[in-house]
Formats: sequence, C-alpha cells, structure tokens
Amino acid sequence: MNIPYTKHTLSNGLDVLIHEDHAVPIVAVNLWYHVGSKNEVPGRTGFAHLFEHLMFEGSQHYDRGYFHPLQEAGASLNGSTNADRTNYWEVVPTNALDLALWMESDRMGYLLPALTDAKFDNQRDVVLNERRQNYENRPYGLAGMAIVAALYPPDHPYHWLTIGAADDIRAAHIDDVRAFFQRYYHPRNASLALAGDIDADRGLELAEHYFGEIAAGVEPDRVAVPPAPPPKHDVMMVLEDRVELPRLYLAWHSPALFADGDAELDLVAEVLSSGKTSRLYRALVYEQRIATEVAASQNSREAGSFFQIVATAAPGRTLAEVERAIAKEMSRLLERGPTDNELERCRAQAEAHFLFRLQTVGGFGGKSDQLNAYNTFLGDPGYFTRDLERYRAATPALLRQAAAAYLKPSGRVMLSVVPRGRLALALAGSQPATVS
Amino acid sequence: MAADRSRLPTLGPERPLTFPEIRRTTLANGLRVWTVEHRQVPLVALLALVPVGASSDPSNRPGLAAITGDMMDEGAGDRSALDVHEALGRIGAQVDLEVGHDATVLALTTLERYASRGLELVRDMLIRPRFEQREFDRVRDLRLNRLLQLKDMPPALADRAFTQLLYRNHPYGHLPLGSEGALRSLMIRDISAFHRRAFVPSRTTVIAVGDATHDTLAGAVREAFENWPADGGGPIAEPDTFPDPPVPPSKLALVHRSGAAQSELRLGHVALPRRSPDYHAALVANLILGGQFVSRINMNLREDKGFTYGARTAFEFRRAPGPFVLHASVQSESTAEALREAIGEIEAIRGDRPITRDELELGRASLTRGYPRSFETADQIARGAAQLALYDLPDDYFGTFVPKVLALSETDVTAAAVKHIDPARLVGVVVGDRERLMPSLKALELGDVADVSVT
Repeated sequence: MNIPYTKHTLSNGLDVLIHEDHAVPIVAVNLWYHVGSKNEVPGRTGFAHLFEHLMFEGSQHYDRGYFHPLQEAGASLNGSTNADRTNYWEVVPTNALDLALWMESDRMGYLLPALTDAKFDNQRDVVLNERRQNYENRPYGLAGMAIVAALYPPDHPYHWLTIGAADDIRAAHIDDVRAFFQRYYHPRNASLALAGDIDADRGLELAEHYFGEIAAGVEPDRVAVPPAPPPKHDVMMVLEDRVELPRLYLAWHSPALFADGDAELDLVAEVLSSGKTSRLYRALVYEQRIATEVAASQNSREAGSFFQIVATAAPGRTLAEVERAIAKEMSRLLERGPTDNELERCRAQAEAHFLFRLQTVGGFGGKSDQLNAYNTFLGDPGYFTRDLERYRAATPALLRQAAAAYLKPSGRVMLSVVPRGRLALALAGSQPATVS
Repeated sequence: MAADRSRLPTLGPERPLTFPEIRRTTLANGLRVWTVEHRQVPLVALLALVPVGASSDPSNRPGLAAITGDMMDEGAGDRSALDVHEALGRIGAQVDLEVGHDATVLALTTLERYASRGLELVRDMLIRPRFEQREFDRVRDLRLNRLLQLKDMPPALADRAFTQLLYRNHPYGHLPLGSEGALRSLMIRDISAFHRRAFVPSRTTVIAVGDATHDTLAGAVREAFENWPADGGGPIAEPDTFPDPPVPPSKLALVHRSGAAQSELRLGHVALPRRSPDYHAALVANLILGGQFVSRINMNLREDKGFTYGARTAFEFRRAPGPFVLHASVQSESTAEALREAIGEIEAIRGDRPITRDELELGRASLTRGYPRSFETADQIARGAAQLALYDLPDDYFGTFVPKVLALSETDVTAAAVKHIDPARLVGVVVGDRERLMPSLKALELGDVADVSVT
C-alpha cells in the first residue's frame, strides 16, 4: 500500500509531486501553501482564511471570478484554510490540465494587481456571513473557540480558531493582504501535487512552464510557538447557548502531528468512541443511556495537538453523571490499556481507512492532498507507508502509555455548554467562558 | 518558455471515459444482482437498495420506514447489536444506511478479501434484523433526542417547515425522521410488520462493485441471498399512485427564532419527477439559475451583494414530483432583500433575461465534462447504478447522458425553466427573528406571512 510519486523542486523553490493513475481521464491539481491561522497575530485573527477567499476573485491576467472557466471545463474545485496550511485544488478532465495550472499559477504570481477595495469589502462580508452561519447560528457552534482559548495562552498561535474573531475580521485592512501575499504566497512556501491521468515527465514540464517564471520569494520564518504547558488544575468553564441538551467537552494537550504518541492517541480515540463496541459509546450511550452521543478525537496539528472527548447528556441526565462515567472509563483504560481484541479491531479499521484514502486522486483527502500533507509537514511525500506503519506497530502497552502520559485525570479543560438561563446544569465550579 | 498569459489555454481533445459495465442477473427468488468490475484498489462496495422509504410510511406512522432502517444494525441474524458492530469493525467496514423519501439504501465498503463477510452482514441487517424491544426503546429515545436537538438547528427547522408547507398530507409531506408524537406511539410490532411487508427479494437490488470478476462478485451475492424466501410481503404505497400535492395555504411562512444571527431561507415549489423527459434540460436550467458557484443567484446574493456565504438551488428528483428549492442562510437585515433578489432572478430567467448561448454552453459543459468524476470510486459507481435501479432508467443510461445534454438548445433549456420553475407558485420559509423581520417580509407583498411552529 503506497502512493508512488516523483518529486522535483523547480529553481524557484516550488516542490512538484506527481502521481500517475490513469483509471479515469481526470487529473487532480493540488496546491498547498504552508500558511494558516497560526501565522496570524492577536487582533488580526481570521486573516489567512479571508485571504483564501480573495484567491478566488481573479488575478492579473484573468481578472474575473476563478470558478467560471474551470467549471466550464468540467472541473470541481475548492480551497480550505486551517491552523497550519491553506490548500487549493481542482479536479479537471485530462484535457483541462493546462487551464487549471494556468489559473493556479496566475494567482500565485499575479494576484495583487487585480485586488480592489470592492472585492475585499465583499469577501469580508461573505466571511462574516460564513461565521454567522457556521458558528454563531449553529448549536454548540462557539464551543471550539472557548476550548482553544483555554488550552493555549493568548500569545499562542493556536489560541484562536481559523475563522477568527468577528471584530478582527471587520478590522482587516486591504494593505494586510499585500503584506501577507508577499510573505507567504510564493513558490518557496508552496507544494504542487498532480495526481491522475498524466505522465510524470509531461506533468513536470507543464509545472515548469506555468510556475517556473514566478519569483522565488523568501522562505518565511517558522512561527514562534511559545510553550503551552497543560494547566495544573482542571479549567472549568460554562457557555450558555441556544441548545436543548447540555454537552460536555473535555480537552487535553497531546503530541503534535506525526510525533511520538500521535498515532497511538488516534487509536485510543477509536477504542473510546468508534462503533457501538467502543468503550465510551458502549458505556454511556448503549448501556447506561446517560448520553445521546459521544465522540473522542486526536486533533493532530503541526505544532501541538489536543485530544478531545465530547458527550451530550440524555434528557434528565446531568453532566456530572456523564463526567463521572467518562472518568471511570478513562481510569480503566489508563490502568490496564486496551485488550488485544480491541486493538485488533481498531487497527483493522485504521488500515481500511488508509486503503479508502487511495480511492480518489483529488479533492480534500485524495491522493494529491496526502502527498502535499506529507511533503509540507515532513518533507517526505512518500511517508504514506511509514504513516501506516505507525498504526501497525501500535500495541496495547503503547496505547496505555500514551493515554497515561497525556490524558490525565487533572489539568483538563472542561467546558459545559448549557441551555440559556440554565447555568445550574454546568459542572459545579465552572466559570463563564468568554468568546467573541 | 514562459506561459502565454494573454489568454486562457484552450482545451485539448477530450479523452474518452469507458463507462463501467453493469452485468445484471436475477436470482430465483426475484432479487436483482448487479455487478461491476472495478480493479483499482482492493476494495469492494456492496449496496442493497429497496425502493421503500418515508413516502411509504402509513399516514398515521410518519417515521416508520426510517426507524425500521435504524433498527437494522441493532441485532441481526445470530448477532446481537454489539456483535454486529464488532463484526463490522473487524473487517474495517464503512457502513452507511440511508432512508430517504423513496428508498432504503444500505451501503458497505470493505476490503475485497472480506467481501463474503461483508455480504453476510448486509444480508443479515437487511433481511434478518432482530427487532428486539430493549434495543428499540433505546433507539427510539435516541431519535426523540435527535428531534429535540433539531429544534435548535435553523437548516433542519427550515427543511421541516418547507416540506410541510409544500406537501402537507402528501406522502412527501414529512421528513423521514418523522414526528415526536408518531415515534412515541410506535410499537416494535409496527416495525416488524412493516419490514415483513416491504422488504422482499422481488423489490430488492443488490449491487456489488469492486476488485473482483463479475462471476466472483455475483457468486458471492448469490450465496448470501439465494435462501431469502420469495414468499411474503404485501402492498406498499407506490409513487405513481400518489395524489397531486394540495395548493399551499400561504406563500410565505416564518419560523420564529429570537435573536437569530442569520435567517435561514427556503424558496420553491413542487416540480418534476426523476423520470421526466425534461430531466436533462431541467438540470442545465438549474445550473444556470442557482445550481453552481457561478450561477446567477449565487453571483447575485454572494459575490455581488455579500448577503450570504452561499446560495444554491436544486431540483430534488424523486419517483413522484419532488421540489425545486433554493437554500440559503443570509444576514438578518438583508432577508427580505435576498428573497426579492432570488424571486427576481427566477422571474428573469423565464422573462426578460433569458438563457444566453454562453450560459447554455457553461451549463452543458460543466455537466458533461465533469461527468467522468462520478466514476472514480467503487462506492460512487454503486450509487450511480442504484439510481438506475431506483428510477428504472435504461441500461445504456450512463452512455447516453452526455449526448443528451449536448443536444440541448437554449430553447429546450428555457422551455424547461418555464415549465418547471414557476414564480407564481413559489412559497418561502424564513427561520429568523419575528420582530426584526416581519415588517420587511410583509412589504414583499406575498400575502399574509404565516407564523408557523415546527412539530
């Protein structure tokens, strides 16, 4: 199981990764810029994502909407921003590869001449609407902001979510766009992957043809990440929201993406909440019926991850009961680890997921996206096999060790989200969280 | 040599896609078995389709089909609920059970070497569910809790209200999830009776797509399903017998949500069925109007006005006529304006701004040139084949799709827009703050604004 590829670096520093798969006459174009919301500063949060929107508003040599010519050629396309990176992709019929590369290279090389106040103002409004739609107007939508704000100190780049604070988005200025573009949007800070119905030699030729002319740029400094020690005691917060059922969030600091313990905690999350036989689902939802849902996840990121458990109380049940039941399962796991049987099931699921990931050339999570992830974070696009090996090598003892090291019964961030006006439903001792 | 940036590159010659060949057989019990060889990744996608969904719910039992589906993995054959999930986990299966308006679809993707174990599980969940009281009580509670939580989700509130306004007592007049009252009155025997009546081999199609030969795939399906007895079953409501939906009682309804950060909108009317000869023309008309990013409505509401993160329209194709509907979440102060603009775009496309040649070409091209993308994974192919089975489309359907779309003219597409999108019949739903919105909504002059609560 792997993703065969070639890698070349153009003289301007752009990495070009190519994977051939001729099954369907389509090619995925996938471009990562190693910049995300962790490159932002307090007071200007949300900017990396707002910038992503502007990348779809036209560039110097095609100063109209980015979607039109590509959709006309039969492409699907999108982009996304997270804390660590921004990605852009098109999946095009083979005969439209030139077009997609022309479009991507034009906005990498020539975005600024096409930037106007009108575009900037419009996309700022669109993003504020996105924020209202997906965070403010959505039940439990502000919980994530409270969690990261409590996990990380204010000067830490993971202190805020990628969507940013509404006031910061309103305060964003068009001059910031120019500085941001010059600093982060150039070949040396980018990685281009092509996957699909393309010969490797031809792909490289095309990449050189369209991207070779773009000036190299200066590799940006890595973000200074101040230490974020786990809290000494549990941090207990409450947020009132327009919800029917109270929900409990528990979060812990955990090892960074690809660091020791990361894959183990990913498997621990599976042991805890994947399927009805997982420990937390079985105990809380299936047997005791004190929760309506429970989910555990290792949220892996470049400069430090967090592990989270989320459970919604069943009607008439309290978050205190839910918390006690989770704590009981966690202490059992920390003491004795998972059984061989459990690990075998979770490993089978993990291995199947690696195989599922080989099914598509493009889009979020497709083969081109994976090559870029490995290349951007590790400098090794061929890491797929070693990544899988991390899961194959896991043992019950290693899972127990990782859980014991990171998922301690103290120093947790504990957030109760309760229906408005029902503060008494929060865990005792919780302080109101502030989110903006 | 540097790229020529004076103009966009032209497209090269198209590379043909070889459409997957579906091989069809029928077992002695009447079950249809469709197989497709798909040799890229050592996986297999298994899909069982039964054309029985929420529209088959008895009128006093909304939600029955959906909870029947939900009970399928709660103990089946020789396995308890927990054992079913243990077995699914051990083969790394990705399982998806969906009960829609027209059908129940159980889909499972797993490693090819586990194809037989996967089929055995699909078979047991589909035809040998245990329907135990204890599991039912728990599942029903979870569904009731889900309904409770949906009361806080504006998109869910809007969908419910829109469905009720549009279809009322029609079989499409409720969402598959059903209602609280009906769920509470359901008994386990209702479920087993419904399952006995509806789930029979002659209504079922099993589709296997994956890294094996037709013979291997078909043999594995046969082995799993050949002992399903052909007898039993009973009548269920068939879409071709559905009455026409009644005329909606009002043109605009408001679901109050105090202090809402945005307004959730739906706007539309009952349109055409999937098997309509106008299907392809309607698809193109919709793409131009609101079906893709560069559509008129999204460009107006998002890119020009900045009212929303996105606005989309769609025909929801079903066996009987499904809705044409606009979905959007817009900033509160622009709610009436957004509705006015959307209605204006709908009027214009069949009035003073008819479809242009450029738009036609864009719509046709994005559909036809993008078509190969739907045939990449085993699961996509299985779901594509399931559409053929559900709507009884011709065997050569995939191969004729592109030529049919390319043959459409501006006149054909405009005619489809005129026939199937009618401003006079539009009804709207707004989920938002009553006090803030009511004055401007009344000013739209769509008649009384009905103040509805969602049940």
